[in-house]
Amino acid sequence: MLRLHPQVSVRPEPFGALLYHFGTRRLSFLKDRRLLDVVRRLDGSTELEAALADVPEAERAAFRTALNTLEKTGMLTA
Amino acid sequence: MKLVEHFKTGLDAPICLTWELTYACNLACVHCLSSSGRRDPRELSTEECKAVIDELQRMQVFYVNIGGGEPTVRSDFWELVDYATAHQVGVKFSTNGVRIDAEVAARLAASDYVDVQISLDGATAPVNDAVRGEGSFDMAVRALGHLRDAGFRDAKISVVCTRHNIGQLDAFKALADSFGATLRLTRLRPSGRGADVWDDLHPTAEQQRELYDWLVAHGEDVLTGDSFFHLSAYGSALPGLNLCGAGRVVCLIDPVGDVYACPFAIHDEFLAGNVRSPGGFQEVWRSSELFRELREPQSGGACSSCEFYDSCQGGCMAAKFFTGLPLDGPDPECVQGYGELALASVSSAPKPSGDHSHRGGVRGGPVPVTLVTRRPDKTCDENPLAGLQV
Repeated sequence: MLRLHPQVSVRPEPFGALLYHFGTRRLSFLKDRRLLDVVRRLDGSTELEAALADVPEAERAAFRTALNTLEKTGMLTA
Repeated sequence: MKLVEHFKTGLDAPICLTWELTYACNLACVHCLSSSGRRDPRELSTEECKAVIDELQRMQVFYVNIGGGEPTVRSDFWELVDYATAHQVGVKFSTNGVRIDAEVAARLAASDYVDVQISLDGATAPVNDAVRGEGSFDMAVRALGHLRDAGFRDAKISVVCTRHNIGQLDAFKALADSFGATLRLTRLRPSGRGADVWDDLHPTAEQQRELYDWLVAHGEDVLTGDSFFHLSAYGSALPGLNLCGAGRVVCLIDPVGDVYACPFAIHDEFLAGNVRSPGGFQEVWRSSELFRELREPQSGGACSSCEFYDSCQGGCMAAKFFTGLPLDGPDPECVQGYGELALASVSSAPKPSGDHSHRGGVRGGPVPVTLVTRRPDKTCDENPLAGLQV
């Protein structure tokens, strides 16, 4: 189960959020405020689908893709 | 609204910020963007710097790019680095390597929140030292060796691209690889002392093309600090935001606390305020009139009819300003050639507002020499000024 990497700092912005990874020194953008809510719900013990519960069915695929990218770039970790 | 549009209208806090900690420097590079050399007596004190860091922490600025001058010559430099990282403000600092010995390298290797950029403007000593001063190549390479030996991962080699080193791009990459470092290429700007050498050092049109092709071929393996977006008008955009972030996503705090729109724009025209004023840095960032103007939709002016305007956005504000070009016109290095045309009718360019250059030069510093080729008036003339016409 995923959680935010401990070295990642999150800064909410009007368009969503900025994520900065102090280990890889990479910056990522969350382009939706609701995606930030989902990311915050991922605490290492919450199932992905539970974290996505508030997201309308039709948009979940896009959210999953975004989360997948965040995992690949190390922003999220198991 | 596209993400990049949000950046154009400005963020509540900069994404990153350049902070020149001192104008003091052991070198006297001919193209120094901040005309550094001598310490400014009004420099922010240790306590004032810590107050700025506290503010950056509150604003959630992820990291600062610390430079100068040579920041490591400040006696409180390591204290400030430790203070910043302890307050969730990451540090990337640029240095010529003068203080990076084995002990310092070990200390840096132990921190996850510090990144080091070693400046080098030639892949060989002659090319580098002509710009940065005698011995500066060896000093930088020695520092890189200490970092590697200490196990510091992924240091950066930071190169200002000039007419004399564009041909060395592969050599720079090989040098970086040999130290387990990452290459970072940035654009020469006519800022600070860079204005004096711009005509001789900025890459030729052919070299710009060579640089663009090289950057495209190397993609994300090479860092650029987003500094070559004017080259995007050649075709596909380079990695990065490809926009001028001045006052929108970046800015500069100078050694005396003055806040400028960008590190290449140390001039009264781009001065937004001072961190010592009431409200501090946050007030300057959020409310300064200059920054508010920069966040307004910008007019493409003479460039708006150009089909490449969307790619290059008119180029670099500082490069235009210090070559005397209007800010809503083409970049002096416009790849479509409009900059060259515009430059032909420029009669004078603004001078930098401040100058902290060494007055008497430094040991080993680059020395622009004018050779007198006339014969002495008399063969026995020993006075070097004899016959000098003023």
